Amino acid sequence: MIEVDVRLDRGAFRLACAFRSDSGALALFGRSGSGKSTVLGLIAGLLRPDAGHVRVDGETLVDVAAGVFVPPHRRRVGVVFQDALLFPHMSVRGNLEYGRRFGARGRPVDADAVIAMLGIGHLLARRPGGLSGGERQRVAIGRALLSGPRLLLLDEPLASLDFERRQEIMPYVQRLRDELGWPLVYVSHAVDEVARIAHDVVLLDDGAAIAQGPPGQVLAPDGARGASGRFGAVSVLEARIERHDDAYGLTGLAHPAGPISVPGRLGPAGAPYRLLVRATDVALAVQRPRDVSFRTVLVGTIRAIDTDDGPTARVDLELRGGDRLVALVTRKAVDELALDAGDEVFAMVKATALDERALAYAPRVR
Amino acid sequence: MTGLSPDDWIALRLSLKVAAVATLASLPFAIGVATVLARARFPGKTLLDAVVHLPLVMPPVVTGYLLLLAFGRRGPVGAWLESTFGLVLSFRWTGAALACAVMGFPLMVRAIRLSIEAIDARLGSAAATLGAPPAWRFLTVTLPLALPGVLAGAVLCFAKALGEFGATITFVSSIPGETRTLPSAIYAATQTPGGDATALRLTAVAVAVSIGALALSEWLARRVRRTVGGDA
Repeated sequence: MIEVDVRLDRGAFRLACAFRSDSGALALFGRSGSGKSTVLGLIAGLLRPDAGHVRVDGETLVDVAAGVFVPPHRRRVGVVFQDALLFPHMSVRGNLEYGRRFGARGRPVDADAVIAMLGIGHLLARRPGGLSGGERQRVAIGRALLSGPRLLLLDEPLASLDFERRQEIMPYVQRLRDELGWPLVYVSHAVDEVARIAHDVVLLDDGAAIAQGPPGQVLAPDGARGASGRFGAVSVLEARIERHDDAYGLTGLAHPAGPISVPGRLGPAGAPYRLLVRATDVALAVQRPRDVSFRTVLVGTIRAIDTDDGPTARVDLELRGGDRLVALVTRKAVDELALDAGDEVFAMVKATALDERALAYAPRVR
Repeated sequence: MTGLSPDDWIALRLSLKVAAVATLASLPFAIGVATVLARARFPGKTLLDAVVHLPLVMPPVVTGYLLLLAFGRRGPVGAWLESTFGLVLSFRWTGAALACAVMGFPLMVRAIRLSIEAIDARLGSAAATLGAPPAWRFLTVTLPLALPGVLAGAVLCFAKALGEFGATITFVSSIPGETRTLPSAIYAATQTPGGDATALRLTAVAVAVSIGALALSEWLARRVRRTVGGDA
């Protein structure tokens, strides 16, 4: 349980942000400069608000009106910084053990289990200077965990990594959430990261929380527009594993709007998954398509068509079952198919567009 | 073999003692002032900065005379030190150490301050989020990372102390065996008829000591960089 209601005035930048969340996997999402990291700094105690309060699990960490300010080292709030900020003069082991000294009063942590989970056992004797970006970030996560925080804040932990490294770290963060059940707040401007990690999303814009809800609602279609522009628009669908097609190496997921097919073998039947669908990977048809290669066909209704004199048009759909889906098609196609708000359409998604970065095991936490 | 006279040895030993004491005794203060100047923000910071740098720009004789006024037996601080701790500075080797410390202080503070400013302050924030209280953060993060600067500052201060002449001779004069350090001895020799040989010998000693100190500091710096620097 985290409760934030803060104001901060730094000349050109004003933050006035309020939200509360019971989720163990909260994401603060918004473009650069929206105030995400500032909010994180306020929760960690690295910044002081001009007014307002922050409470975690009922404990007041800062309350300006009441004159309460718990310094960062007494908050038991761990932070994983974007650039890791490992201590360069200590070995990996030294870094990991740094917070152990003070972690006694915190959450009990099985150090060996954390080290094993993060796969950093073979790095213990090394210096941070010799580690790759991905390794450094894993050590930073381990260091924060071993200090026994009750809440783990991750500040764009993948932003300084390349694509491969990002895919390398992501599963560890998911395991943190699912296997250790560690409450975390994840700050990012990347839709795919937030869709994979978060159960609750607070959308920040210009220093204010402008929306909050499950990723499917907040990230797309309207929310994501603010953060990623037209070509970056994505949708988030919630579906369950239905069956495995081992002969073809596919997994079938059940969604109220229709069956979804993805490559690879995913978790057990019944497991909930979250799918990230890029607007550029969605095609539309006015009749149920036949004789096409698409294995995923979803039924929905057009809510709105957003277009200008340019070549593309954004079509927002409400799928059967309530999930929202956005498709980016040509304006010409919209005119030739005579698409209009209220029409029922069939949205097609290529299975091969749904690779590992688009899929996230998404158990409901709490 | 060395060709040094007993008096030469006394001057050399005294110089090393004075420089070492001056350096070691002022080091904690220099670290404290450097940290405050590098990280803290408070009214009067510019004034503190100026006061620390004053001995660097004032004529050494002025510094020595001010020390004499303040720390002489009848000076306010000197009288108090004598009555409270029985510590006498004027015309003693301890006074020479004080003069050298004051003259070397700005150099030491500068070097340490620069190295602290070069440390990413967010490392301290990271340590705080791991539960480390401020003093522990300073001891385990800031200080070890500033070690090359601390070392450089100490070497500078030591070198300055070895060569200090003006403030020392004004404050504590040039008493053989008590306050006659190498520079004082060389000066005295040049003022003595037939003292050229002594002056030349002592000059050679001063050069040798300086080169030795430089080599030692270089070696130490390389060791420290290997321990502190990030390379595996």
